[in-house]
Amino acid sequence: MTGKIVTIALALGSFPLFAQLDLSGFWQQEWHTDWQEAVDGPDIADFLGLPLNAGGKAKALSFSPSAMSEPERQCIFYTPEYVLGAAVGFRMWSDSDPTTGTITAWKITGTIDRSPMTIWMDGRPHPPAYARHTTDGFTTGEWQGDILRTYTTHMKQGYIRRNGVPSSDQATLTMHIIRHGDILTITGAVDDPANLTEPWVVSKNFQLNPHGQPFINVAPCVPETEIERPANAEASIPHFLPGKNPFADEFAKTYHLPAEATLGGAETMYPEFRKKLKATYQPPETCTRYCCGGSFGAEGIPKGCPSSMPPR
Amino acid sequence: MRHGSDEHGETEAAMNPQRIGYLAGTTVFLIVLGSQIGLYAQAQQPAPPAKTAAPIDLTGYWVSVITQDWRFRMVTPGKGDYASVPLTQAAKNAADAWDPARDEAAGEQCRSYGAPAVMRNPERIHITWQDDNTLKIETDTGQQTRLLHFGDWKPAVNAPAAWQGDSVATWEIAGGAGGRGPGGGRGGPGGGRGGPPGGRGPGGGPPAPRTGSLSVVTTHIRPGYLRKNGIPYSGQTVLTEDFDLLTESYLSGSHRNEQWMAVTTIVHDPANLQVDWITTLNFKKEPDGSKWDPQPCSAQW
Repeated sequence: MTGKIVTIALALGSFPLFAQLDLSGFWQQEWHTDWQEAVDGPDIADFLGLPLNAGGKAKALSFSPSAMSEPERQCIFYTPEYVLGAAVGFRMWSDSDPTTGTITAWKITGTIDRSPMTIWMDGRPHPPAYARHTTDGFTTGEWQGDILRTYTTHMKQGYIRRNGVPSSDQATLTMHIIRHGDILTITGAVDDPANLTEPWVVSKNFQLNPHGQPFINVAPCVPETEIERPANAEASIPHFLPGKNPFADEFAKTYHLPAEATLGGAETMYPEFRKKLKATYQPPETCTRYCCGGSFGAEGIPKGCPSSMPPR
Repeated sequence: MRHGSDEHGETEAAMNPQRIGYLAGTTVFLIVLGSQIGLYAQAQQPAPPAKTAAPIDLTGYWVSVITQDWRFRMVTPGKGDYASVPLTQAAKNAADAWDPARDEAAGEQCRSYGAPAVMRNPERIHITWQDDNTLKIETDTGQQTRLLHFGDWKPAVNAPAAWQGDSVATWEIAGGAGGRGPGGGRGGPGGGRGGPPGGRGPGGGPPAPRTGSLSVVTTHIRPGYLRKNGIPYSGQTVLTEDFDLLTESYLSGSHRNEQWMAVTTIVHDPANLQVDWITTLNFKKEPDGSKWDPQPCSAQW
């Protein structure tokens, strides 16, 4: 009898007790924003929309993609900021206290190679400033209504764009994880006083996919030899010296943009900058590369360009 | 069974575990029933005006911060640059025929300022309450005005489609009431209004702060461009937007506690898109309108 009464009570219990939103599941990346950056990778010296300071620009221009083939540097890319630019999605689940059922942490798998992220929900403090920095950093979370806000510190240095735009070990990452129906939005703010003059705020969307892809493993990056290193190059680190990057203006020329735009800076993020370009900018007559990005067939492969346009 | 007292004055019933369970269950039942009756009574009362019921305050001046899709938003991209938009072949063909001079000559220079595109422009927006149930969004770029109607608003019959269409707005209250929970679908035009405020926080603590988001569904939109370079959307387009307020409490220096607004947009256009086009735009709150700079529509720039 008691059980029946309690059951009826619970059945009626659709009253609005404050309920944390369920974020668990496999979240598939949408490629509807900055397709090239997420999929094929950004062009060299495409720093559009990044509030880089002079040091950040210089370091980004010194980057050589060859560094990515070196075992010592392969894993530098996969700090938590990578979730904001990665091509694939992630799985999210929670850990609970076995006694109380209270959620103690949310977990986000690495995408490809990124370390899994633990978002501590149990109120623990961040480590002291002198504590060791790790690839995945230290993250706490709190609910603000239906939005999970996370804060990550103690990250190693890495990159915030795959063409070598750096993030320092002083950087922090705030994420607002927002769920509306089956769409998950992560708005991330990277605050890096070493490389940025103001926070870099971006949003990425993910769609719930009940058939989550099995290749999304949770193993962090493991370095391995991908390209045989020349015998005389053991001590070299691929890079370009200041002013010597031969590709620095390639991207700017392709899209008829001035270097002051392509090399970033906070000014370039605001409407006033558009007015500055008005007098000189001429759009390319036609698109010549990556034009069809975001147009996918059933297998997720970009479809061909329309026959009505010149071959690209 | 006799219900008598023992020598210590305790009743048999009080010592019977079954009876204790029965009383406890009944108590839970009555509490739940009471809360349901209370909510039912609350639901029968007329809904308060949207302005009063707002769980978040979106009013003020906001600036779009262009950190993504820069090449497509900050400048006019070249013809045929459809990257990131899942277009059908027919839509690509239409985009390939883009002719801004022709648009301007035809008085169609506002084609890239319709509801599915206008928030993507580098611009400032000004959000105010036009009346108790209508939220107004004005843009300085293109000088457009969007009206987001709450409540039982109905569009004018036989009115021609307009750049900003007909927008129906609802508040979504955090905490599971009135919102789209996990797996929830997206409401159509005239979707239900937000439910009552959320209850107490986990563990029976103080009530959780009332918060939530704004959901807007826009239809009856005059055909135009998703992107300045002629990527089309049709008159069948349904635009769904979610407005979320974010407070950046962890940023350093003068940026600490900046208010941001994330606007997640879903463009559904079976005539031009293979799948819904889903993007999120970020706006930062400004202290005043001193940087407001009205500019007319332009097809070329």
